[in-house]
Amino acid sequence: MAEQYATVGVFLVFGVFFVILTLFIVHLVAPYNPTPVKLSIYECGEVPVGEAWVQYNVRFFAIALLFLLFEVDIALMYPAVAVYKKFLDAGMGALALVEILTFVIVMFFGLVYAWRKGGLKWAKILEPRPM
Amino acid sequence: MEIFLQEGLVLLKAALWAVALSLVMALVAGFLTYLERKVAGHMQARLGPNRVGPYGLLQFVADGVKLFLKEDLIPSDADAPLFRFGPYLVFVGSFAVFAVLPFGERIVATDLNIGLFYVLAITSIETVGLLMAGWASNNKWALLGAMRSAAQSISYEIPVGVSFLIPIVLAGSMSLQGIIHAQAGGFGLLGWNVFHNPFSLAAFFVGCTAMVAEINRTPFDLPEAESELVAGYNTEYSGMRFAFFFLAEYANIFVISMIAAAIFLGGWQLPSPFKDILPFGLVGSFVLLAKAAVLVFIVLWLRWTLPRVRVDQLMEVCWKYLTPMALVCLMGTAVWMWAFPGRIFFGLFGTA
Repeated sequence: MAEQYATVGVFLVFGVFFVILTLFIVHLVAPYNPTPVKLSIYECGEVPVGEAWVQYNVRFFAIALLFLLFEVDIALMYPAVAVYKKFLDAGMGALALVEILTFVIVMFFGLVYAWRKGGLKWAKILEPRPM
Repeated sequence: MEIFLQEGLVLLKAALWAVALSLVMALVAGFLTYLERKVAGHMQARLGPNRVGPYGLLQFVADGVKLFLKEDLIPSDADAPLFRFGPYLVFVGSFAVFAVLPFGERIVATDLNIGLFYVLAITSIETVGLLMAGWASNNKWALLGAMRSAAQSISYEIPVGVSFLIPIVLAGSMSLQGIIHAQAGGFGLLGWNVFHNPFSLAAFFVGCTAMVAEINRTPFDLPEAESELVAGYNTEYSGMRFAFFFLAEYANIFVISMIAAAIFLGGWQLPSPFKDILPFGLVGSFVLLAKAAVLVFIVLWLRWTLPRVRVDQLMEVCWKYLTPMALVCLMGTAVWMWAFPGRIFFGLFGTA
């Protein structure tokens, strides 16, 4: 058990080390003659206009919120689903099935709700304001 | 003292696996860049790379050397710490998956007991890396590409996550080797999860489509749509830092093919007489790699077949089609296992 996670830990550390080592070798062998033009931001050859750090469209935020809700739901499903077979073998299949279905159907209703509320619409058409 | 020795051995073994698999990853990703250009060439009645080495096979080595010797620039207006940190996350997120990839019955770095969950979790680190790289570049194309990439990756993670649940519910295990072991029998073919029931068949297609979208491949490659966004999140990157994004991208094609082959297409399972021709279950390894190679080819093939979708269509496919379909597949599989215990679709009508 601990051995398995130790291996994963070694992989993570090695991955970081691999990048550091490679970039260090590049630092040694690659040329480096920067000029102000070379170090400027690419904008199709023109001089960049302003910064790119602007306030961004809120629709990405709605997608992120939806993702968060669903991802937590799915993360909770994993252990429940993994033991389903054991419940079947123990003769308690119906109980486990009902629990899984309840969970999935709640998720389904969440999706339908978001859909009906227009949360899944990418291009929103604003309603005309009352005069 | 003995305990320390044991732990040291475990760490040494893990380190050796890491070194070996980093080489495998670099080779596979390099070879895939060659393969992509070769496949693209032949599909367009061209030859593709054919100058460096026999059949142009050493092209990727030449490209790698070139990237090594390139100037490594960081734009003066960029957020330098984040700009440097982005490639680390992308590379590590892609590399860490190799720790659980089963290359054969006995050839795996570690058979993590939560294998498939780990795959889902660790690959989402890459999204953070992409967002970081795009934001830190202070480039409009890069920011747009990163935003799209993040929205796309997190959206498609839902159908991927749900379709991963189907092999888990069929095997009763989250470990990749456990899932492959559960696909034994049925002449080495009917035991596959794809053929278990109609819902698992549908889940295979939903899962594959969503995985192709999650790694930003055509027809879902909006983050780097070259006709509108120059190169997407890696516009400002040059030299080896760029190469890490590239490496991770191509390694991911291999990773998703291996995982789909392992969890849906039976992995290294073989009918028993063929299993023991070579030691260490090597025949099974070749079978698994062949299945993965077919899937890799399909991913490359898609790029030259399907046009790129629009960004609203992209979100629609994910949220309005793939996610409900994946949920139905999960419910259907659970009901199937309860209604027909221990029986597969082809065993329903005859003797199982």
